Amino acid sequence: MEKIIMEHGSGGRATSELIKEIFEAEFDNDVLSEMEDAAVVPGAEAIAMTTDSFVVTPLEFPGGDIGRLCICGTVNDLCMRGARPKYITCGFILEEGVDIEQLKRIVKSMADTAKEAGVKIVAGDTKVVEGNGGLYINTAGVGFIPSGIDIKAKNAADGDVIIVSGNIGDHHATVLSQRMEIKNTIKSDNAPLQEMVGKLISNNIPIHVLRDVTRGGLATVLKELALASGNNFEIDAENIPVDPQVKSFSGLLGLDPLYMGNEGKLVAIVPKEYTDEALNIIKECKYGENACVIGNVKTPENESETGTLVLNTEIGGRRFLDILQGEGLPRIC
Amino acid sequence: MEISQLVDYLRNYDGKPVRLMEVCGSHTHAISEHGIRELLSPKIELLSGPGCPVCVTPTAYIDRLIELSLEVDTTVVTFGDLLRVPGSKESLNEAKGRGASVIMVYSPMDVLKLARDNPLRKYVFAAVGFETTAPVYTLLLDRAIEEKLDNIRLLTALKTMPGAISYLCEKGANIDGFIAPGHVSAVTGAAYFVDLAEKYHIPFAVSGFSAKELVVAIFGLVKMIEKGEDKVANYYTSVVDLEKNEIVEAQFQKYYKKADVAWRGMGILPGTGLMLKEDYAHFDAGSAGLDVDNKKNIACRCGDILMGKAKPSDCPLFGKVCTPSSPQGACMVSQEGSCNNAFLS
Repeated sequence: MEKIIMEHGSGGRATSELIKEIFEAEFDNDVLSEMEDAAVVPGAEAIAMTTDSFVVTPLEFPGGDIGRLCICGTVNDLCMRGARPKYITCGFILEEGVDIEQLKRIVKSMADTAKEAGVKIVAGDTKVVEGNGGLYINTAGVGFIPSGIDIKAKNAADGDVIIVSGNIGDHHATVLSQRMEIKNTIKSDNAPLQEMVGKLISNNIPIHVLRDVTRGGLATVLKELALASGNNFEIDAENIPVDPQVKSFSGLLGLDPLYMGNEGKLVAIVPKEYTDEALNIIKECKYGENACVIGNVKTPENESETGTLVLNTEIGGRRFLDILQGEGLPRIC
Repeated sequence: MEISQLVDYLRNYDGKPVRLMEVCGSHTHAISEHGIRELLSPKIELLSGPGCPVCVTPTAYIDRLIELSLEVDTTVVTFGDLLRVPGSKESLNEAKGRGASVIMVYSPMDVLKLARDNPLRKYVFAAVGFETTAPVYTLLLDRAIEEKLDNIRLLTALKTMPGAISYLCEKGANIDGFIAPGHVSAVTGAAYFVDLAEKYHIPFAVSGFSAKELVVAIFGLVKMIEKGEDKVANYYTSVVDLEKNEIVEAQFQKYYKKADVAWRGMGILPGTGLMLKEDYAHFDAGSAGLDVDNKKNIACRCGDILMGKAKPSDCPLFGKVCTPSSPQGACMVSQEGSCNNAFLS
């Protein structure tokens, strides 16, 4: 058995073998091993739920693969509401022709990342469709929200500081380099952020807003938050962390790192008096060493001027930033 | 002088009002990206000329691409910035939504792999650009010939800058100085602009794309204007030579011949285009005569804006009907377009 064929989706023997040899072998846990039609798990008073689909091409890239990506993406979406990620389900859509060795690597990567993030994969599904070796994953995730936690865009308040947890644009630059067959040492940043968020919460940082910086990049995320909260955001170009290699790569291609996607970076908006404490906590976490304070939140006096995002440029100019327009880069996650 | 002193000088400048034009889309973008306009005295006006290749491409070209992309055996391959540009009725993206075959790439060389993998399909590359991009298409053709790939075509909309600058000078855009295109100059050599400077008594400053390089070039231009000089000053010496680049010149002549081509909003300018020579006509997807420009919205003032006769904010559509999410003209679509940059800064 080297490639996925239509028979693997038949629901019969080939499907059972596929599940047993590939998925069960890696995902095995007490809930999944019951092999019932639905997983039964303990609950909590407030749960966060999310779903996401992953269509990245290529399937494997420096620093990660679609398996790691789908766990990180789902875990991080849950974390951004202050939830502790608990359970994940996954649906695979496999085109005939998928290389089975590659599928095994991806599934193992999912299992490893789930372990790292402290989540259980409790249910799954596989379908096979005609095609040419494509692989897509849909996930759903559930997380438990500790009592008293209320993190959302609307909470951004006058005087708050804006922290970004590390270098921006890495994932986008990695995927693009792979597709263009450009050799460099840029690696995707795809990573689960539950440690970072968990520590901010357990250290009683009254976080106002969290958002992971994915497609559309930092500028798009901040503009959306400014609009949603009815505030104005101001950020400083010289404080925005970008890896030098990503910077020159994007410069060559005429891309702006502010609009390039990540898969393991968050924006945290916290009250000013917690700036240092929050920054230090993030910096001590595994994926937060390059975290920086990049700007602040201002509530405008005039209501007609809300929702602006201004970048103070390195030479002292000011640039108004909007959400990403147009294509960006399709299929980066 | 320190850069901060140059900025102070430009901020406090109180001499004769000057109008400076950049004719390179990357400059347009960089000026907006670094917030350069904010740093200048109101007496120094920066205008964006016809330097964005997508912006100067007539709608007939987009319409032809769409027509090709709907043929059963043909795929149009393009840079991303062309996808949303309105043709006379729709954009490539809209056509794609109803079944057109369009692939976006970051490098024209990606066509080679497509053509190799699918020998029965024709791949038409949307070869839009100036002096800077033409060499890449040369390379593509070299490789296609070497590999005997007979399923690659170009739909060319290639233009050269000097003729357009002449036109602007003659048609009364009242420009006092040009920020010369850094990329074009890197390819051609800065001497490319000397004849123009002398003929129209206008100074040129060849500039790079960082904030500092642009400030230096603007300062240099203002100083040359004050002194009444009509030189070509090269402030991008790390990349640009003064001498004409004979190699590039020879490359242009290998595949292309000069042609009279239409610039969107400006009409047909003699000798400002590059078309494939007869010997290579089999690579051409029908590029000749795509001159008609049927505006999607009749009120669009892109033409005047490209010529420095109007600012984006003078257009009745700007920021109202015409925004980056509902562009009425190419200048609002492209990252290098004057309207797009004016909207976003």
